[in-house]
Amino acid sequence: MPAFETAIVVGASSGIGEALVKKLAAEGTKVAAIARRESELRALAQSCGDRVFPFVHDVRNFSEAPVLFDRICAELGSVDLLVYNAGVMPRVEESEYNFEKNRQMVEINLLGAMAWMDPAAAYMEARRAGTLCGISSVAGDRGRRGNPGYHASKAGLTTYLESLRNRLTHRGVRVVTVKPGPVKTAMTDGLKMPLMISAEECADGVLSFAKSSTTEGYVPAAWGPIMFAIRSIPSVLFRRTSI
Amino acid sequence: MTLQQELGRRVFDGFGFSSRSASLFARPQSGEELAAILRRAGEEGLTVGLRGSGRSYGDAAMNGGNVVLDVTGMRKILSWDPQSGIAEVEPGVTIEQLWRSTLADGWWPAVVPGTMFPTLAGCAAMNVHGKNHFKVGGTGDQILDAELVLPTGERKRISREENSELFHAAIAGFGMLGAFSRIRLKLKKVEGGRLKVRQIPARSLDEQFDLIDEHTPNSDYFVTWVDCIKGGSSLGRGQVHQAVYTHGDEDPEGKSLMDPSRQDLPGHILGVPKSMVGIILKLFRFNTGMALLNLGKYLASELTPRSWYKQGHVAFAFLLDYVPNFRSAYEPEGFIQYQPFVPKEHAREVFKKILRLQQARGLPSYLGVMKRHRADNFLLSHAVDGYSFAMDFAVTKANRAELWRLCHDMSEIVLEAGGRFYPAKDAVLRPQDFQRAWGQERISRFRALRRQVDPQRVLRTEWAARVGVDEAG
Repeated sequence: MPAFETAIVVGASSGIGEALVKKLAAEGTKVAAIARRESELRALAQSCGDRVFPFVHDVRNFSEAPVLFDRICAELGSVDLLVYNAGVMPRVEESEYNFEKNRQMVEINLLGAMAWMDPAAAYMEARRAGTLCGISSVAGDRGRRGNPGYHASKAGLTTYLESLRNRLTHRGVRVVTVKPGPVKTAMTDGLKMPLMISAEECADGVLSFAKSSTTEGYVPAAWGPIMFAIRSIPSVLFRRTSI
Repeated sequence: MTLQQELGRRVFDGFGFSSRSASLFARPQSGEELAAILRRAGEEGLTVGLRGSGRSYGDAAMNGGNVVLDVTGMRKILSWDPQSGIAEVEPGVTIEQLWRSTLADGWWPAVVPGTMFPTLAGCAAMNVHGKNHFKVGGTGDQILDAELVLPTGERKRISREENSELFHAAIAGFGMLGAFSRIRLKLKKVEGGRLKVRQIPARSLDEQFDLIDEHTPNSDYFVTWVDCIKGGSSLGRGQVHQAVYTHGDEDPEGKSLMDPSRQDLPGHILGVPKSMVGIILKLFRFNTGMALLNLGKYLASELTPRSWYKQGHVAFAFLLDYVPNFRSAYEPEGFIQYQPFVPKEHAREVFKKILRLQQARGLPSYLGVMKRHRADNFLLSHAVDGYSFAMDFAVTKANRAELWRLCHDMSEIVLEAGGRFYPAKDAVLRPQDFQRAWGQERISRFRALRRQVDPQRVLRTEWAARVGVDEAG
């Protein structure tokens, strides 16, 4: 018996999302896999047998999300788990201020999450059951100098998920925030970062949180004390560091 | 964009918390917007459930998975004539708004339920009644005319003279024949801000009926509390509440209460601060606990002087508003209110039978209220020339199936006696109960009107779907 009978993974065609779809399907979950790239999505569905249902969708097409959510509910019969994994982190140079990149990050990392989580939250609140899981980032914990738009989009996602959790916990819905550190994906290609893990390892961590009673945590766990220390640095000192 | 893309979503509970669903949510600000949403929903294959303040206990204002159209964005009093006592209001105007706007001129809404928060459109759609139903009828009897927005977007003026059949079906039509966008109604002239009130204990259900029959002819309002847990020779004991208007100089002090700001709800109930009442209810929400509370209330009624005293209109009328959010005492599973209406010839025996049945099943009501009613001319009205008995039942995960079975068995007794039910309260009726309660002839006439004004069946509520307001297919 799988932990979740049915699930939606948004941002499923590669990296963490792809790994999540494969692991959920292997456990016996019926998974609606959502992504923009059709060919990757089809290949993923084919590799997972008959448990994965591909839906082509660009998360920036916000008005399509609730309609697609309703369609998936009807086709799968229910939705027990929604994982919002879509995210981008375009390279931003030092002293670069690029609104289009910022807009892209806010639209995909944050607004897309809202467009999917809102109908899912209403659906799960009415059922008094379900799990919403957002893949945020350690980058959302502080406004670091490297990529302001990315940090802001992930901080927004973390806060949005916290608000949903405060609203929904006593109504039987679990809202889980997972904050991975660097993960080896196309998004981090060429970047050298500490504690880098594979997409499969990250997906294991995400599913572990989605199934446990813990509603917020870091993947890998070592980021917990590190980010606690970083969050504790006074702002006046933090701006003098190179973090 | 389609409505499915454009509208936000909300989770709605019935007022009793026993039903819940997520819907697309619209709150139009004008009749034009309301008409546009109905028309677009029809074009897009969506259904629309009409909702006012959401005070229906069950699923009568819910429409899961489709559109819930909330009329509370339209809440202007369009005109008020203090000479004639006639008000014209938008559908989302509440009973509270109305009395606050008219009392200083000496007028009080002729029909008010036990709470001041329902909208006038909701009251019209459910033909809501008050503690004076035996004397003045329900909300529909006070309405002079109204404008109805049909699902096609067409607007129709309805009154006793114009589109009379639609008028008599839309009132008490559970929002299934159109949305009220304007209502004109007549209020009741009052000469003081207080009523003369008295309470009399009743040692049994027979005594309750005797007191009702003896005193209603000389009363303006009458309601009784029933202890539904006590059995034996005290079955149905309780307390009756009788009220009459004051006239002339009978109550000089009460004149100052014509100022709406001086009409208050009491801060205490039986000496208990109202902020504590919800907590106490929650603590005592089991059979023995409620039996103790009922015993306390009954003994207090025995000790209460039977003499007349004065009480403000608000304090007398709006008992349900004494404890803010009293329904939370029943969370998380909620409660249902079951309210049958039984013709006068059979009511005594029917109410005794259903009291004994719920006691025998170990599922007694925790609050019982009886009222006297009169019949009216509205096609699917709940009103009969007889009595109603409203009973609150706590719902738990463990008792839910058994409670529904009990209600169905009680309905059988009610239906055999020619009784009906109150859609604003209902959570348990089945299609066969609906058919028997209102009869094939009335239901067929209602369905014929539905086919005329809503051929696409745009209007829908979970209640209407559950009881089968539309024929199958």
